[in-house]
Amino acid sequence: MDADKPVMVPPVAAKPASWTLRVRQAIDRGLPMDHLLPDRQPYYVGSWVYVFGVITIAALGWVLVSGVVLSFMGPQWWHASSLGRFFNSLHFWSVQLFFIFMVLHLWGQYFMAGWRHGRAATWMIGVVIFGVSILTAFTGYLSQQNFDAQYIAINAKDAMNGAGIGAFFNVLNFGQMYGLHIMLLPVGVTFLVVVHVVMVRMRGVVKPIDAEGSVQA
Amino acid sequence: MKSIGQSQDEYYRGVRTVPYDLVKEVVLAIAGVGVLTLLATLVFSSPNVPPVTIAAWAVADPADFVTTATDELAGTTTSAGYGNPYNTSGPGQKWGPIAPQQWFGTRIPIDSANTFVIQPLQRASYSNTELGAAINTWESAKADQQTTWLDSYAKALPKATVTDGKVSVAAGEYGPLPLMMSDLLGVAQSGGLDGLLAVNGRFYQTDYTQALLFMGDGTYLSGLAQQANLTGSQWGMMNETGSYPGQTWLWLYTMWYQLPPFTSQTGFLGFNSSNADLGIIILMTLLTAALALVPLIPVLRDIPRWVPIHRLIWRDYYAGKRTIG
Repeated sequence: MDADKPVMVPPVAAKPASWTLRVRQAIDRGLPMDHLLPDRQPYYVGSWVYVFGVITIAALGWVLVSGVVLSFMGPQWWHASSLGRFFNSLHFWSVQLFFIFMVLHLWGQYFMAGWRHGRAATWMIGVVIFGVSILTAFTGYLSQQNFDAQYIAINAKDAMNGAGIGAFFNVLNFGQMYGLHIMLLPVGVTFLVVVHVVMVRMRGVVKPIDAEGSVQA
Repeated sequence: MKSIGQSQDEYYRGVRTVPYDLVKEVVLAIAGVGVLTLLATLVFSSPNVPPVTIAAWAVADPADFVTTATDELAGTTTSAGYGNPYNTSGPGQKWGPIAPQQWFGTRIPIDSANTFVIQPLQRASYSNTELGAAINTWESAKADQQTTWLDSYAKALPKATVTDGKVSVAAGEYGPLPLMMSDLLGVAQSGGLDGLLAVNGRFYQTDYTQALLFMGDGTYLSGLAQQANLTGSQWGMMNETGSYPGQTWLWLYTMWYQLPPFTSQTGFLGFNSSNADLGIIILMTLLTAALALVPLIPVLRDIPRWVPIHRLIWRDYYAGKRTIG
């Protein structure tokens, strides 16, 4: 070794001063593009059960598109126009499909123990999405402005009042239910779904349950 | 096995991967679900049974309308004795010290006699001196006199006759009640009461609390709901009019209303039919929390390992393991 030759010390990766750069680096580390949009997957991801998640999101897309059209045209439109009725029907059936697919996805993930290996939070957010979706659909049924909406409101008020919720969440108040249905709740569902999908893509799908594997979180 | 904090690359190390096109899968899913939605739309359309107006109720069943209005005046309807958030006339639901119905007070005040009968009549009496005099007679009468009139009128109503939409009872000491109820019925049949119960002192309104509570106190609306299988004892929360699917995802919530202790008067552990709503909301909150916490709950989190459904889902994987073994 040449004693006169200076020793090369590898540079230590210092935290950048820029907050923007820190956030970008954190995103790069947590969710690189090849994880967000993968072109390869473990070979066991061939089961049809994996389709339930993506078709749930597809149904949510149709719910949102038809709902945006209905809300843009106003709550009277679908009662007085055949085109409005058509979009209301699209909304109604896409909601039905959304719930069917979501329940299938939930049961599929349960029997796959999809919460294993650090994925418990992903499962929990999924359950919250299910709950918020039920609340969103409930306000939607109350906003139909038909006989069913009337009787659901009369029936449901007792449950809401008995639990103390009715003091703030008045199911007999169409304006409040409609406002929640077309704005806050769908924004909440969409935001949670984005978080749920990002968490799935960050960690990838869980491995099959092995004899030596654990189903614990 | 290291898991939390492990990178995806480390997690999948040694696992064989195959080509996968996520974008193509999403596009195909959107198209496929779109076709299914469109087909259902074109074949089935969507439910739209028109809402019931107070006018329709007053025309279709004038006797029920007048009976309900009389009961509102007497303070014997569900709304009149409801308790919070509408008034303090009823105790509300509670389970031991847990009484959330009382915790937030009267946030949506409803005085049934005034809200549903007196105030609409006062507005309608603007150019009707006879009605104005009848209201004055009613309001200036002592409480026990009002009660006597109401009792007599309420006893006569079951035998009332309806002719040309008018309700008549046998002659008796009813004070101004027959005139007041006749005018209220007339206002309702013309559609005026639908508007009067929505009056809020401002031009715009979207709150139907008063009209829905009033209609809910009668038997006409609940009779129609019974025919359409919408009442609580008919799993109504998950039904829709006609053959359309309702909120079928509420099956578990609705199921508890059909079972003891929530159908029983004696009940169990303090839960019974009188506090069924509160009990079922508590139960469903606990069950939902349990579902969210499945990864942390022994037995619940172990069931997937015991039930070999995962072997069907990942049958290629397990077939490969058997081959290697």
